Amino acid sequence: MIEIRGLQKFFGTHHVLKGVDASVAKGEVVCIIGPSGSGKSTILRCINGLESYSGGTIDIDGVHVDHKAPSIKRIRTEVAMVFQRFNLFPHRSVLENIIEGPVFVKGEPRAAAIAHAKELLASVGLAEKIDAHPSQLSGGQQQRVAIARALAMNPKAILFDEPTSALDPELVGDVLEVMRKLAEAGMTMVVVTHEMQFAREVADRVLFIDGGVVAEQGPAAELLGNPQHPRTQDFLRRVLHPM
Amino acid sequence: MLVLLARVQEYFPILLQGAWLTILVTLGSLALSTVLGMVWAVMRVSGIPWLANLAATIVNLLRGIPIIVLLFFLYFVLPDFGVALSALQASILGLGIAYSAYQSENFRAGIEAVDHGQVEAARAMGMGWPLMMRRVVLPQAVKIVLPPYGNIMIMMLKDSSQASTITVAELALQGKLIATSTFQNATVFSMVAVMYLVMCVPLILFVRHLEKRNKT
Repeated sequence: MIEIRGLQKFFGTHHVLKGVDASVAKGEVVCIIGPSGSGKSTILRCINGLESYSGGTIDIDGVHVDHKAPSIKRIRTEVAMVFQRFNLFPHRSVLENIIEGPVFVKGEPRAAAIAHAKELLASVGLAEKIDAHPSQLSGGQQQRVAIARALAMNPKAILFDEPTSALDPELVGDVLEVMRKLAEAGMTMVVVTHEMQFAREVADRVLFIDGGVVAEQGPAAELLGNPQHPRTQDFLRRVLHPM
Repeated sequence: MLVLLARVQEYFPILLQGAWLTILVTLGSLALSTVLGMVWAVMRVSGIPWLANLAATIVNLLRGIPIIVLLFFLYFVLPDFGVALSALQASILGLGIAYSAYQSENFRAGIEAVDHGQVEAARAMGMGWPLMMRRVVLPQAVKIVLPPYGNIMIMMLKDSSQASTITVAELALQGKLIATSTFQNATVFSMVAVMYLVMCVPLILFVRHLEKRNKT
């Protein structure tokens, strides 16, 4: 469904992505791991055109991703994104945040969007927060609203950019639980994460990015349990046993 | 004391006419400067280089010209080119154009202060630039912009007195006219000062209200 071929990206003279090849099939959950600065988030941001890229191709269901082409708006309504820092709209209530895209971007009738939003809020365990404002919610609650907001677009896939990295440790579990349910329901997900436990249990496949390329990839249990590449072994040792 | 009261009573209706013109000039130029300032600001942040540069040039040009010179141009020079404005029109136009530069810088600062994550969230859900501005960026920028906007309103009220230089008989000029014909400088200008102050009070309260609301 998502095909990435030879993806290159420069930030000025800094060569961040040096030919990344990856594909994500429908219904698959792919976790992207790797050291910070390796370009994990950049790959994600190229997929929905938040970032331009200097070489290679990205196709989503056969549609070429070009952040300047008119087609990018369609792609973005079909591939939702969840951010590290939630990025909820602070001037709107939880409900308004969730129906914003459906009503104002996709032109759905308001009543239908509200009904859908209520279902989604219930599914992320926040039905009672429907009229709250983002500032009244904890980080974990905000991120779950952000996931509901992404789901409200009825996306084909969701990109998660370090969704739990900005959260207090005790709030991480709630968010991961929502993501696990999504994965079980068959949602196509690409997740940049440092949560190795989540990757091991939920991901179908894990990509290890290092030095701007996919250094190693494979089924989650295999890559995390028995890494082949020395850089992967080194990275996992540092992450799993930081002391 | 009685004489003083009698004088105050005599001058007040005349000054009130001036105050009315002051309010007219202020409101007119406030509306014009807000609209123009918004146009310059949106051009600046449009991401289209020539539009942004054009707006930057206009703003810098306007900031570099004293209001009084702008007023003289509109009132005394434009007739040479066949455009004759009334003094009131010229003063509203002049103050409005001059202040649009400050308004625009204020609006731009407000727009740029909105967290970039908001822009990304809006883009990531498929919003185009106009929709993103209307639904996400501008509503948040307004909150940031309002307290300084209140200050600009107060400055404009006081700077409306510059319209007197092109014969608009607003409060300051009315005061000066009474003073020159009666020699009651102290009485007249005290009254003028108090009347400006009284007109400022609602604006000052408005600004304070906004600042309090924004703190929470």
